[in-house]
Amino acid sequence: MSDLILRGVAGLLAGPLLGGLTSGLDRILTARLQARQGPPLQQPYYDVVKLLAKELVVVNAWQAFCVYSHLFATVLAVVLFALQADLLLILFTEAVGAVFLVMGAMASTSPYSQIGAHRELLQILVYEPLLFLVAIGIYLETGSFRLTAVFQWPVPLITQLPLLFGVLCLVLVIKLRKSPFDLSAATHAHQELVRGLFTDFSGPLLGLIEIAHWYETVLMLAFCGLFWAGGLLPMTTLALAAVMGVILMDNATARLNWRWLLGYGWLAGMTLSLINLIWHFRGAG
Amino acid sequence: MSIEQRPRRCGGWLERLIQHARVRSPWLLHFDCGSCNGCDIEVLACLTPLYDVERFGIVNVGNPLHADLLLVTGTVNRRNARVLANLYRQMAAPKKVVAIGACGLSGGIFREADNVIGGIDRIIPVDCYVPGCPPRPEAIIDGVMRVLERFGTGHPKEDVAKGKGIP
Ligand code: SF4
Repeated sequence: MSDLILRGVAGLLAGPLLGGLTSGLDRILTARLQARQGPPLQQPYYDVVKLLAKELVVVNAWQAFCVYSHLFATVLAVVLFALQADLLLILFTEAVGAVFLVMGAMASTSPYSQIGAHRELLQILVYEPLLFLVAIGIYLETGSFRLTAVFQWPVPLITQLPLLFGVLCLVLVIKLRKSPFDLSAATHAHQELVRGLFTDFSGPLLGLIEIAHWYETVLMLAFCGLFWAGGLLPMTTLALAAVMGVILMDNATARLNWRWLLGYGWLAGMTLSLINLIWHFRGAG
Repeated sequence: MSIEQRPRRCGGWLERLIQHARVRSPWLLHFDCGSCNGCDIEVLACLTPLYDVERFGIVNVGNPLHADLLLVTGTVNRRNARVLANLYRQMAAPKKVVAIGACGLSGGIFREADNVIGGIDRIIPVDCYVPGCPPRPEAIIDGVMRVLERFGTGHPKEDVAKGKGIP
């Protein structure tokens, strides 16, 4: 019992600690890749504290409700992961959180916000099926959706499901809001349309969304780590490698439009997963 | 309810943290209020790798709701005074304004034109004036850093100077 509580608390802390640091690291690395010095590592924390202390401006009550629900569902998903619950349950919780953010953006009448919400929906449409395919692959390999079983699996999953790991990295690019798939809201502050989703969120609400984004980052990186679940070190190594790849990709590519997102995302994602799954089935059968 | 709106009983450390965060994370909104574009180019030069203002946590945003600082270049005339006031009103407190260039300060060489009202402090309160035609990027960064020192720890509402002639 005390073990469970400890894990829950670890999950709660992982968001602000690991997520914030990843975000800070990302900003420094991006700056260095652009021949700049970049902000200090703790910059994301400054941003969030400042945002939380700003004046609260809400367009309507639904907006605030949706942000709170978004944060709650995302935190819950990370805590469930730390408790080693069911993989499908975690994915559903995460999806609910993502949809609440879209609803929050739709609650405002600003056209930028509306377009941002639609683009975010398209992104969800692209990555959710891929995430489930990854979960199915893990199930076929380990015979269980429960994370306890996955963690006890003797061989690293990445040796069995390398293509599915590639698919997960694709999802990671979309979830971390990175180029070429940062249609609805780019991480680095930009102008109107590519910040569309956040147009009408301000101050404390934007701060809460940022905190939720840290939790999302941690959840996705934990998923990546799952592919080499032989302890904390291999998990972190794999997750860090994935983050580096995503940051490189972010700086090397331009933003695609939504047709390309659907085309590339689905075509590459589905093909890779299916090849891996079929190959895996044949191997098993 | 934001942290600031609660009664101040959390001791000094929270307020110090908030002020530190405000100074280290100013997001700025740049508004070209009828400038000749000379000043705008210098403002944008601050964001290039050479000057790299992200070192100080400064980020250029396109949304007044997200911004802490308003950088205004150029004169105010009778057409854009309303837009300027609107942008200022849409920013969430605490907020500060930096006027850039001779035009933003007083109307500059356009002062005598009959559609020109004058410097931007005729419409909204200005916290820092950066002179020059155009000012160098170093001067603009200096102006921004000076205005940051004026971010108090007080209630956001108290931090907003009274608008003067907001139309
Ligand atoms: S101050 Fe000089 S450079 Fe700046 S807008 Fe006025 S005329 Fe142009």
